[in-house]
Amino acid sequence: MKLRNLVLSLVATTIAIVPFAVTQAQDTKEQFFPALVYRTGPYAAGGSGFWGGMEDYMALMNLRDGGVNGVMLKWEECETAYNSDRGVECYERLKNQGERGATVVHPLSTGITYRLIERATTDKIPLISMGYGRTDASNGKIFPWVFPLITNYWSQNTAKIKYIGMQEGGMENLKGKKIANLHHDSSYGKETRPVLEKQAEMYGFEIRHYPVAHPGLDQKAAWLDISRRYKPDWVILRGWGVMNPTALKEAARTGFSADRIVGVWWSGAEEDVIPAGKAADGYVAAGFHPSGSDFPLIQEILDIVHGAGKGNISPQRVGTIYYNRGIVAGIVTVEAMRTAQAKFGNIVLSGEEMRWGLENLSISAERIAELGADGLMAPLSISCADHEGGGPVKFSRWDAASKQWVEVTDWIPTDKSIVNSMIMDSSMAYASEKGIDPRSGMSMGSDCG
Amino acid sequence: MFYREVGQYKSSYRADQAIFPITNDRIGVMLILIVAFVVPPLSGNQYIMGPILTQLLVFGLAALGLNLLTGYAGQVSLGSGGFMAVGAFGCYNLVLRLPEIPIFIDFILAGLMAAAVGILFGIPSLRIKGFYLAVATLASQFFLLWIFDHVGWFTNYDPAGVASAPTTTLFGSLAEEGGVLGFLAPINVLVSGPNATPEAKYILTLSVVVVLALLAKNLVRGMTGRAWMAIRDFDIAAEIIGIRPLRTKLLAFAISSFYCGVAGALYVFTYVGNADTEAFDLIRSFTILFMIIIGGLGSIMGSFLGAAFIVLLPPFLNILASHFGEGTLSGATLANLELIIFGGSIVFILAVEPQGIARMWQIAKEKLRQWPFPY
Repeated sequence: MKLRNLVLSLVATTIAIVPFAVTQAQDTKEQFFPALVYRTGPYAAGGSGFWGGMEDYMALMNLRDGGVNGVMLKWEECETAYNSDRGVECYERLKNQGERGATVVHPLSTGITYRLIERATTDKIPLISMGYGRTDASNGKIFPWVFPLITNYWSQNTAKIKYIGMQEGGMENLKGKKIANLHHDSSYGKETRPVLEKQAEMYGFEIRHYPVAHPGLDQKAAWLDISRRYKPDWVILRGWGVMNPTALKEAARTGFSADRIVGVWWSGAEEDVIPAGKAADGYVAAGFHPSGSDFPLIQEILDIVHGAGKGNISPQRVGTIYYNRGIVAGIVTVEAMRTAQAKFGNIVLSGEEMRWGLENLSISAERIAELGADGLMAPLSISCADHEGGGPVKFSRWDAASKQWVEVTDWIPTDKSIVNSMIMDSSMAYASEKGIDPRSGMSMGSDCG
Repeated sequence: MFYREVGQYKSSYRADQAIFPITNDRIGVMLILIVAFVVPPLSGNQYIMGPILTQLLVFGLAALGLNLLTGYAGQVSLGSGGFMAVGAFGCYNLVLRLPEIPIFIDFILAGLMAAAVGILFGIPSLRIKGFYLAVATLASQFFLLWIFDHVGWFTNYDPAGVASAPTTTLFGSLAEEGGVLGFLAPINVLVSGPNATPEAKYILTLSVVVVLALLAKNLVRGMTGRAWMAIRDFDIAAEIIGIRPLRTKLLAFAISSFYCGVAGALYVFTYVGNADTEAFDLIRSFTILFMIIIGGLGSIMGSFLGAAFIVLLPPFLNILASHFGEGTLSGATLANLELIIFGGSIVFILAVEPQGIARMWQIAKEKLRQWPFPY
């Protein structure tokens, strides 16, 4: 009996699903965005916050303006749980949906970005890895379809060393200092090791790497070694998800002061510090955008999107770091779409047309103010060769009493002199291994010099 | 009615010992194989061929490898991820540095490398058993991944430690136009790299898996498999009747690792296209162990059924959720519901049939044989 029920229910579900597998034809113009989200697992705070912001921004476009120049924004979620295999599965599932296929993909994971670079290149779908992903993909001549927008990992790292230098009273004082790089043992975590070693050589400081295995709950040995034996002047926390509060708690337990720890922007959200309680007080983290919900744009989202009960995240989390990152991603994506529409007309764009929009994207300070996001992001300009844009970095200190990030620096520009040559070397090595001819002149299109 | 062996008489030992002694089974398996080789490539659906079927085949093969060791020879191992990594990085380096070798030879060589490493890490099995052995095999997991992480040569000094499959043809560079084996050029299709068609990747994976599964089936029916099962069921008795534990156990480790190694190589070359050590971490080893427990220990088919359950159920639930859930529940609730249902169905299957899905399938066949009568 039981078996029969099981078989019958399986058959019933299959029959129920089949009609849904067929994509229905649509009358309205809809631009399709796959949402590779993760709402479960140790990194759920990042995935749900980012996509909450991004989806809220797209919902604002639909509700307030009736889409972008008449083209509605449509998205479908696919849960990856930050797992690379499932990321590939989600990408393949969603890439052909919508009228002209997926427009852009935000993998929201360095691991998934690596898995998708070649696939997206073959499928001609731009891959936006905003503030993460493969650093040398900033070279648009070698990676035509990958956009590590705003600031890549190596650039961020130069700003971080600059910040540490400022605290030490000048870059020359870095000589002989010891820095520990506590990193998540993944492609994300390992990404900055080469640039740190290069900078250590340049400025004469010592660097030691401490990899922490996923998910990062066990750091006792690493922190004992850092606090008792190595005794560095600074610790760079390159954590992710639950690894961050664990690191701050372990630091406090072993007596390492939180104000000597500098986090990257994937270690600098409210969800990373609140669980650590007092141990996080004074901890400083980088960011390419601040937190806060006082921006007119975010107030408008609260009003129009959340007011209509169409919010994609609980209203308490609106204005947090991850949420605002999603908003910035939404702005960048929609502005690129507008740029492409200006050339190709107000149609549903293909991946190729969207890439043109990204490569000619320019968001000025006036445009940011016009969007109601003054101070939320720095002006950005992308070209065919430069897929990053070289955005500056801001540092904020966590105040555990008021539970707020307090900005401690202005925008600190990154050091392109270090990063550019490294990107060139690394991407050319990739090109020669893969037999890729760099795009140049005519092959980059008439608008790409 | 359609599944009844009445009237099928065997007139030779050969016929009696066939892999599928019942004609209906034989026809069924042939049909499944024909469908598997023909229908997905004809449909041209990349999603079905890539992340669904290729992934299923790759992990089914890895589970089959572990099943030979754990299900047949009774040696619990948590090192499958590590052995997959040996195959993956081994094959990557072979293709990168010796492009002349045809890819299927590379798979075999990568499997042999994994087998050699497997023998090394199988040595403790001569002294320790059960859970203790499982813990001892963890060493391979940590040690191997550490090596691949820290010795840059294995990933060709990639800064992020990612081995990305080079563009490869079926017969290697010698069979290209103008090469020594140039006459093979017309059928020398691309099978890995971004420009290889999903069809080619899928067919290659399927062929490798079918050949290896057939080999495994024959292996466990013969002398080797019987020796493994004797060791599994009562090792002292097995030794007394003349089975050498050293050779038998190490052979099980070697062959199991060979299968895992080939699965790792397929993972990099025909499924994802690239991999770093994250892809072969401890969670992977556990997942493969769960596949064979759910699918059925000591069953070739169970390995694939278990892999199908673990690999396909989450996306299936996710697709269900995205179609039925829109506008009803929040995304977060749906994502967590998916985990709850997945976990619940594992408990359900193991509670209803502790011997796994393969046993369920067997019971279903028994019932079908007598159908429509209850006895």
